Amino acid sequence: MRHLMSPLDFSTEELETLMDLADDMKDHPEKYSESCHGKKLATCFYEPSTRTRLSFEAAMMNLGGNVLGFSSADSSSAAKGESVSDTIRVISSYADICAMRHPKEGAPLVASTHSTIPVINAGDGGHQHPTQTLTDLYTIRSLQGSIGNLTIGLCGDLKFGRTVHSLINALVRYENIKFVLISPEELRVPEYIREDVLDKNNIPYVEVERLEEAMPKLDILYMTRVQRERFFNEEDYLRMKDFYILNSEKMELAKENMMVLHPLPRVNEISVEVDNDPRAAYFKQAQYGVYIRMALIYTLLEVGTC
Amino acid sequence: MLNISGIQEGFVLDHIKAGMSMKIFHDLHLDEADCTVAMIMNVKSNKMGRKDILKVECSIDEMDLDILGYIDHNITVNVIQGNKIVEKRALKLPREIHNVIKCKNPRCITSIEQELEQVFVLTDEENEVYRCKYCEEKYSGK
Repeated sequence: MRHLMSPLDFSTEELETLMDLADDMKDHPEKYSESCHGKKLATCFYEPSTRTRLSFEAAMMNLGGNVLGFSSADSSSAAKGESVSDTIRVISSYADICAMRHPKEGAPLVASTHSTIPVINAGDGGHQHPTQTLTDLYTIRSLQGSIGNLTIGLCGDLKFGRTVHSLINALVRYENIKFVLISPEELRVPEYIREDVLDKNNIPYVEVERLEEAMPKLDILYMTRVQRERFFNEEDYLRMKDFYILNSEKMELAKENMMVLHPLPRVNEISVEVDNDPRAAYFKQAQYGVYIRMALIYTLLEVGTC
Repeated sequence: MLNISGIQEGFVLDHIKAGMSMKIFHDLHLDEADCTVAMIMNVKSNKMGRKDILKVECSIDEMDLDILGYIDHNITVNVIQGNKIVEKRALKLPREIHNVIKCKNPRCITSIEQELEQVFVLTDEENEVYRCKYCEEKYSGK
């Protein structure tokens, strides 16, 4: 039995296989529409997330399976003080696979050590968000043909943005990747990502403050939201949230085949006028997220091997 | 001159930085072990000026000495059998440290989960960097 805690849990070869499966599911949905019949996915979400939860649920339904779960800590036994390890022991007897989001970093890992069913980390605090990373990688591969030989700009909250940390971790394993890290000084990538991931793997990167400065060099621009819930005080949030807004004017500086990705939800960091630009790929990305989650559930449930 | 007799079977930790022996006593959980311990503090040392020594009368196999490598790899471990030193053990950094240091990240699951073991993993041997197994926060309290 396998779990998914970090995008690094899968080798690049395994990821290729997973993405090939997602391609097949995208092209031949009818082939898989009953493949998880009789299986149940538990979505244990200790903090609100419409998108990720619904994406998991849609994925399971597309495979003919059922879903159960909760969508906030208030509506779970955590409100009564139950530990994560106790909760997962109980959930293990109700469902066949579990997707867990938790505000505390490492909570899904704790769950996985006590679980008898596969656990998928659906986001743990500011730490990891591997299925978003799988979505990002799959989107890049689908739209650019392959992952590699790319200059990737990461913009916004790079300090608390777990999607960014997970994505960097995953991308450094591919050939000839360069990063342009675009953020205010207060929200730069954490030291452990710089030291242990970028420096250790000799990955070229620059840190800049101005989005305009970076635009012409980029093959991919990955925008992120400055998340209110990651700040300890409201003042800091209000001061920084509008720092980096992508609009048509800035898009004019970009390459013709550049792609804009965003984990969503967007607040105002991408102007609505950019949505009609053919380089805006963030809504397609959400669709790809369902296919790759289908492939992941199918793989972890070992449906194909039964 | 203070005299403490030798031990038949056990181990002697020498060259402990002066004042650190009590911490090691606790980190090795010697307070919970069924063995006699002599703690000799502030001993004059040519090499160190002052040092501490711990003499422990019990089988070394019952002890998890890995943590000593994390605390101070300059500590000398002498294994005693029949009142004689039969082995000198070299210390190395443990791959994992269990329940000795605590994660200080307020967002870490260890801050709320009941009775969860504190585990730190050696991620960079050269720079002696340990990170929390759960949240990967670097331990900076050494």
